[in-house]
Amino acid sequence: MLSQEAQKQIDREVAKYPADQKQSAVMSALRIAQVEKGWLAPETIAAVADYLGMAPIAVYEVASFYNMYDLSPVGRFKLTVCTNLPCALSGGVHAADYLKHKLGIGFNETTPDGKFTLKEGECMGACGDAPAMLVNNHRLCGWMTPDQIDKLLAELE
Amino acid sequence: MLQLEIDGKQIEVPEGSTVMDAARQIGTFIPHFCYHKKLSIAASCRMCLVQVEKAPKPMPACATPVTNGMKVMTRSEVAVKAQKDVMEFLLINHPLDCPICDQGGECQLQDLSVGYGGMASRYQEEKRVVVNKNLGPLVSTDMTRCIHCTRCVRFTAEIGGFQEMGQAFRNEHAEIMPFIESTVDTELSGNIIDLCPVGALTSKPFRFSARAWEMSRRKSVSPHDGLGSNLVVQTKLDRVKRVLPLENEDVNECWLSDKDRFSYEGLTAEDRITRPMIKEGGQWREVDWHTALEFAAKAVKGAAAEHGAASLGALASPHSTLEELYLLQKLVRGLGCDNVDFRLRQSDFSADGKRMGVPWLGMKIAQIPKLDRVLVVGSFLRKDHPLLALRLRQAARKGTQVSVIHPTRDALFMPLAARAVVAPDQMVGTLAQVAQALAGIKGVALDASVPAVTVGDEAKKMAESLASGANGAVFLGNLAQQHACASTLHFLAEEISRVGGLTLGFLGEAANSVGGYLAGALPAVDGLNAARMLAEPRKAYVVLGAEPELDCADGAQALAAMEAAQAVIVLSPFKGRATEYASVILPVAPFTETSGTFVNTEGRVQSFNAVVRPLDETRPGWKVLRVLGNLLGHSGFDYDSSEAVRHDLLGESAEVSSKLSNGLSRIAVTLKPAAAGLQRVADVPIHFADSLVRRAESLQKTKDARPPMAAMNAATLAGLGLSAGDKVKVKQGAGVAVLSAALDDTIAAGCVRVSAAHPTTCGLGAGEITVERV
Repeated sequence: MLSQEAQKQIDREVAKYPADQKQSAVMSALRIAQVEKGWLAPETIAAVADYLGMAPIAVYEVASFYNMYDLSPVGRFKLTVCTNLPCALSGGVHAADYLKHKLGIGFNETTPDGKFTLKEGECMGACGDAPAMLVNNHRLCGWMTPDQIDKLLAELE
Repeated sequence: MLQLEIDGKQIEVPEGSTVMDAARQIGTFIPHFCYHKKLSIAASCRMCLVQVEKAPKPMPACATPVTNGMKVMTRSEVAVKAQKDVMEFLLINHPLDCPICDQGGECQLQDLSVGYGGMASRYQEEKRVVVNKNLGPLVSTDMTRCIHCTRCVRFTAEIGGFQEMGQAFRNEHAEIMPFIESTVDTELSGNIIDLCPVGALTSKPFRFSARAWEMSRRKSVSPHDGLGSNLVVQTKLDRVKRVLPLENEDVNECWLSDKDRFSYEGLTAEDRITRPMIKEGGQWREVDWHTALEFAAKAVKGAAAEHGAASLGALASPHSTLEELYLLQKLVRGLGCDNVDFRLRQSDFSADGKRMGVPWLGMKIAQIPKLDRVLVVGSFLRKDHPLLALRLRQAARKGTQVSVIHPTRDALFMPLAARAVVAPDQMVGTLAQVAQALAGIKGVALDASVPAVTVGDEAKKMAESLASGANGAVFLGNLAQQHACASTLHFLAEEISRVGGLTLGFLGEAANSVGGYLAGALPAVDGLNAARMLAEPRKAYVVLGAEPELDCADGAQALAAMEAAQAVIVLSPFKGRATEYASVILPVAPFTETSGTFVNTEGRVQSFNAVVRPLDETRPGWKVLRVLGNLLGHSGFDYDSSEAVRHDLLGESAEVSSKLSNGLSRIAVTLKPAAAGLQRVADVPIHFADSLVRRAESLQKTKDARPPMAAMNAATLAGLGLSAGDKVKVKQGAGVAVLSAALDDTIAAGCVRVSAAHPTTCGLGAGEITVERV
């Protein structure tokens, strides 16, 4: 189910913990699996559980708790806009509204061409750069005024 | 010890106690939902908030460790206000519609809301709605009622051994659920119904059929596995409505296996027989008791007169009561016949006459968690002994080293020190290896009859584990007891326990596996045992509570013997296939309708009373056998209660411990080379083990009740040129069964697992087995 490469990466994470505590690597393993598969399908979660010797529901608990794990398919670019208080006070909600208008989708929706998915995010620890936004979980963008958003969207191809 | 004060009362508690432990010790009730004495601490419901002196805010009693000199107020203004506030929060999202909830009347939330809830809700907004989950045929859900105490989650993870439930999502979106598309399938799943403090998890078979206050609560004892779980049977209008555990720390703690809990559904099975029936001129007709008993007595007497007393045979189910077993053997012995047996699934009887007492657990059940080393030989542990497995699992998780010798690598959900997955015929050799390795480590000589063997790695590991402990045990499971070389396994296990200073125990197969021996329901002098009674067909049989084609080691042979007999007298609550071969069927009461006694595997004599009146013309088995004894002109059959029968057998004290012993005089051990052909691993599936549970409708819908397949590991399957899913013809003895082949890598090489006791496989005989494509 998981590729050799993914297994190798997970093994590296597992090695960071005591031998009888493989489950400590569950968050890293889910991240690796999600990068490989695009999202965490039930069978992907079951595969991670099997690999770490955990009950599938225990992995599902983790996967459903954190919002950077996607339990349904997402577009090529997942845009997560922070709407927590500091961002909201500095235009986070506006940034989200602008994106909704521009892409024609609401939160947790994907554009018909499968290119963008819009998500509402929690604090990204970049309040000073508010409004903050995350592209595909790994790229953090700050000061997301409409101009900046237009630039970003043009850049994402 | 720590000193503390709760509501002005001074108490002393051991270090590490929580405030909740201390309060329970002095009988002070602190309201709670998520706390449960057998589960880990979650402190998620916050209902047990109490005031602690010098603490800035209320503390959860279940998670606050006692410190010396602590002062706790459980009913102070601060504490009660905190508890009331928590209750208000809990009720915000909980539906306030107790009258339509199945838990109404026995609901902890309902009860506590009377004491701590407001008269009306201040909450006007919309309540949360949660989609129900499918947890399988036994547990019904109403997830909107869930208060997220996580007792069910902790139960599956900590007690059941495999986390089947979890809390997914978070915050107000949190939901208790199984993994997507999964159900709750362990043999202990029904316990989450008892644990749920609200109406979120309820019993599917019982749902909406009665209210808690309408039912009578009667004590009883489970008639299934060797544990003899204590039951509370709830009845209404002389019908059993449901079964709950009766707490007994020494036996079942507060748990029940699903088999114990839901088997009551079989009591109202379609083929329940409620009036005596006789077959005359090939026609079945219902008759009164007198006619039926006269008919039965005449048939037995006739066969005995015509062919001699030895032409009779009596087969009893080990799930019968002690009184029934005692009277049955007394009845046939009164005719001068010694052919009586209750060990229907056993195939090796060579230990008869060499045994030093009644085989039993070898210790008290409550001592199992104190063992530090355990070797389990031949046991489908979880399915055959769900609650003993639970105790062993708790021990293993606390450091007890458990080793297993068995033909399948079943998931036991416990850490194992060593495991040998070997074909049935190699179990003797493996056990001999362990014996030799252990004798080597201990420097004690083995009995001369044990041949020298080459010790393998796994056997060496087991011996090292066993040798390193101070309080170890060897347990022989059902498969070891039903094994073709059961006596040899017994002897080797005894040698291992002797040289290793361990305790030897038998995991009792059925409710009265010990009781049958005590009752003398087995050949005493020259009688035939269960296997020989069928191999050398008798002219007349008395069958008590058993379905020979399903309950005997060789079902095909049993059925043939029944069909060939001139008279078969069946005493059973169910018709089953008896109408095909019996001459008279006497409807005797199942355990709920008769008084009686089960002696469990630890030798605990547990008597019980009927919980409901016998259905229609059904009569308790002991009464039927008593009258039959009178009609046959036997003396000493004038009992007027089941207690009188028990007194006659066990005396007033009912003390049996002096009769229990697992000792065995020497048996020559011969090691066989590995068999060339396939070997059958015949498990008795948990929900097919006796006539009652076979008819329990909801249990029959569980995954444990799936029809048998011919399961083999990949190499064996490939060696036969088969692939999973193929229809195959399984031949054993004179019997044939058509099953589908299945891939199961937990099975030892060269073996095929074909479950017994199922209608599709009961035609199979004994001995060599072949599997070929249809």
